[in-house]
Amino acid sequence: MHTLTKQEKGVKIAAYIILTLMSMFAVIPFWLLVSSSFSDSSYAIANGYRFLPQKTSLEAYRYIVSQWDQIGHAYLITIIVTVIGTSLSLLISTMLAYGLMQPGLPGGKLITGLILFTMLFSGGIVPQYMIYSNYLNIKNTLLGLIVPNLLTNAFSVVLVRNFFMTTIPGELREAMELDGAGPYRIYFQMVLPLSKPILATLGIMAAITYWNDWNNALYYITDTHLFSVQQLLNEMNNNILFLANNSGQLQGVDVTTLPTVTMRMAIAVVGILPIMIAYPFFQKYFAKGITVGAVKG
Amino acid sequence: MQSVTQKKIVRANRFRKYGPYYLMMLPGLLYFLINNYLPMPGIILAFKKVNWRLGIFGSKWNGLKNFTFLLSSGQLATIVRNTVLYNLAFIVIGTVLAIAVAILLNEVRSKAANRIFQTLILLPYLMSMVVVSYLAYAFLSVETGYVNNAILPALGMEPIRFYQEPGYWPFILILINTWKGIGFTSVVYLAAVVGISEDLFEAARVDGASKFQQIFKITLPCLKPTIITMFILSISKIFFSDFGLFYQVPKNSGILYPVTQTIDTYVYNALMNQNNPGMSAAAGLFQSVVGCVLVVLSNALIRKVSREDALF
Repeated sequence: MHTLTKQEKGVKIAAYIILTLMSMFAVIPFWLLVSSSFSDSSYAIANGYRFLPQKTSLEAYRYIVSQWDQIGHAYLITIIVTVIGTSLSLLISTMLAYGLMQPGLPGGKLITGLILFTMLFSGGIVPQYMIYSNYLNIKNTLLGLIVPNLLTNAFSVVLVRNFFMTTIPGELREAMELDGAGPYRIYFQMVLPLSKPILATLGIMAAITYWNDWNNALYYITDTHLFSVQQLLNEMNNNILFLANNSGQLQGVDVTTLPTVTMRMAIAVVGILPIMIAYPFFQKYFAKGITVGAVKG
Repeated sequence: MQSVTQKKIVRANRFRKYGPYYLMMLPGLLYFLINNYLPMPGIILAFKKVNWRLGIFGSKWNGLKNFTFLLSSGQLATIVRNTVLYNLAFIVIGTVLAIAVAILLNEVRSKAANRIFQTLILLPYLMSMVVVSYLAYAFLSVETGYVNNAILPALGMEPIRFYQEPGYWPFILILINTWKGIGFTSVVYLAAVVGISEDLFEAARVDGASKFQQIFKITLPCLKPTIITMFILSISKIFFSDFGLFYQVPKNSGILYPVTQTIDTYVYNALMNQNNPGMSAAAGLFQSVVGCVLVVLSNALIRKVSREDALF
């Protein structure tokens, strides 16, 4: 190692300062969101949302707790959709990739071409919406939240295929075949376990897509029993009294007593809390997923 | 005769060998068929008077009416202009900032500090646009927003009704897009910066090159292929916009449409809110076709610059 020159030291210090500022820039809106949610609502009405509200209150969260059966249900939907969607997405894309990597597979090139062509041209939203809602009837079913996001990026299939090609040892496979193992046993017992790194990376990206999805809900879901957390947030964004209306609690309740300005922020905090807590644990795979998929994604 | 039976045997063996693999590929292939290929013929809806009951093929032909309406209403010009101009702004600002952040991140050799910076700068990218619109509202709301209650009064300025004044939105949307996307793009560039051989810098130091000379004479030239590839890729998507950004963050406010409506939000609004699927399909077709041409052209360009980054 060489010793740092004065200029190199200067650049290093500047890097720390600028990156600290950038990090603050990234985080500050979340701070405002959280502090507003703990603000006293009459204080917020008089002074606006503040980073350090002078009067705090838990009234917004008390309201959320009182509506927990609806919010909890939305969480249940989000979790079901994320788990099933991510697993299915990984399963069908890796099986497709494993089939494609078979040497000498008749039509392999054609199939790869057809898969990549989907990145080039699409029929657009109107026909897709028509096919899903008119012909396949996925409106107001869980499928409406799962199916459209299963393979959003055709390139990931090629990515997995390339990963298989470089990491699956041919000898091991031959040994298993000699022992009489069929393609499916080899796939589940050897290929998948060996592919944990890429499964983790793609899985995280798929899970985030499902967790954050409100777009498909916008097209396919109107039944409030199928509302996910993101759709609930979207609905409350337009109508803060959505939860109250929906539970039929408004009769006899003075709407003006509800802490609507702080409720708005508290529901968003409740919406992002789980992903914020989990984030440090999957950050590594998240960053990896970006570098792997970005350039062609 | 014998050769025919031999061929049959070969074919049967081949089927026995590859049959299970085709079965394995079936769900994925079916998915692409339903999700991507079935809607493709549906682009003809752009030339039809869309009738939900009659479906894609049953709907009556309508000639170019959908397009002429779209053009004469002036909406096509607005949504194409917005889509393209915002994308250009995003590309230029995003690229410059992301490279700067990537170079700075590379200077932070402490693993822990580096990871903390990356984690925080990437955080906004993790959030859905619905959440982003809540965050924006906390700043921009007329009644309770931070800008209107703390910043503007401190400057002695009147409150601004952001959700009703188009003039501010180009700035707001560019700021929010940069805030959300900067982590993503800088992580991509960081991967390229990290890949530059340390020997180059060592040699430059021996020659007495300053830090800035190293950045401008080594780092940036080494990043050139990545920059060009990313640039061409963004250009290929220049007719596509982030639906969430333009729909959620301005809260789909009609007054703001002249500066917030892009092709994607128009397609959605015409389809779902204005019950105008024909014009929606027409705008969609325009996007698909022009988008496709641009991807093909861009790919040809990328092949020339750096072969392994080409899509096909």
